[in-house]
Amino acid sequence: MLGVYGTGASRDEGGRTMDGEGTFSVALFSGTDDKLHAAAVLAVGAAAMGRKVEIFLQYWALDAFRADRVMKDHGVAPEAGEEGLAAMLAQGKPHWSELLRQAKDLGDVQIHACGDSMEMFHITKDDLDPLVDGIWGVASFFMAADGPVTFI
Amino acid sequence: MATTEVTRSIDARGMPCPGPLMSLIGAIRESQVGDVIEVLSSDEGSKTDIPAWVAKAGHELAEIEPDDGFSRFIVKKAR
Repeated sequence: MLGVYGTGASRDEGGRTMDGEGTFSVALFSGTDDKLHAAAVLAVGAAAMGRKVEIFLQYWALDAFRADRVMKDHGVAPEAGEEGLAAMLAQGKPHWSELLRQAKDLGDVQIHACGDSMEMFHITKDDLDPLVDGIWGVASFFMAADGPVTFI
Repeated sequence: MATTEVTRSIDARGMPCPGPLMSLIGAIRESQVGDVIEVLSSDEGSKTDIPAWVAKAGHELAEIEPDDGFSRFIVKKAR
């Protein structure tokens, strides 16, 4: 799918959503559960506030979206340490994949896999979780991103 | 305001962000215009998130009542 502006929120001539501000565009690189969770929280918040969300999966984030690996333990960033990890687990957060499903249910949230990273892992769309809407080259991501890009 | 009749009550205490807001959104979706939803939340973020979402979505925040360790939000579905 190369629908530049997706299908959901209506847009003005500048490509901005009518009810939100601009698209929340995320280059999601990290594959640890803490960063995936933080990205998913941002996606839910943006969708709740009427923003279109575009997530581009590269490298280790893409690996975490493989259908057979979504629910596995992806660890946390090194700065978490033992104490940080314990604090995170104690809070009983919902899994990041569940938050992304909620975000998609709330608004116009699209998740695309980076074609180059797909090649690196020798995987196809069938290997990915259904949360992933399709495979894009980097230029397609920038066609959809109508403002700043957040790198996580 | 104290006499507002609550249609549905959600106890989201202990739920981390954005759980309480998501519960409110879910309840609003399932409700009729005019229904009044009560949300109890101990999440600090809810204090700003729930008013922000209610304003954005065009509903009415009838009341915010700070209680011991949590807040009570009363939201009326307006559209």
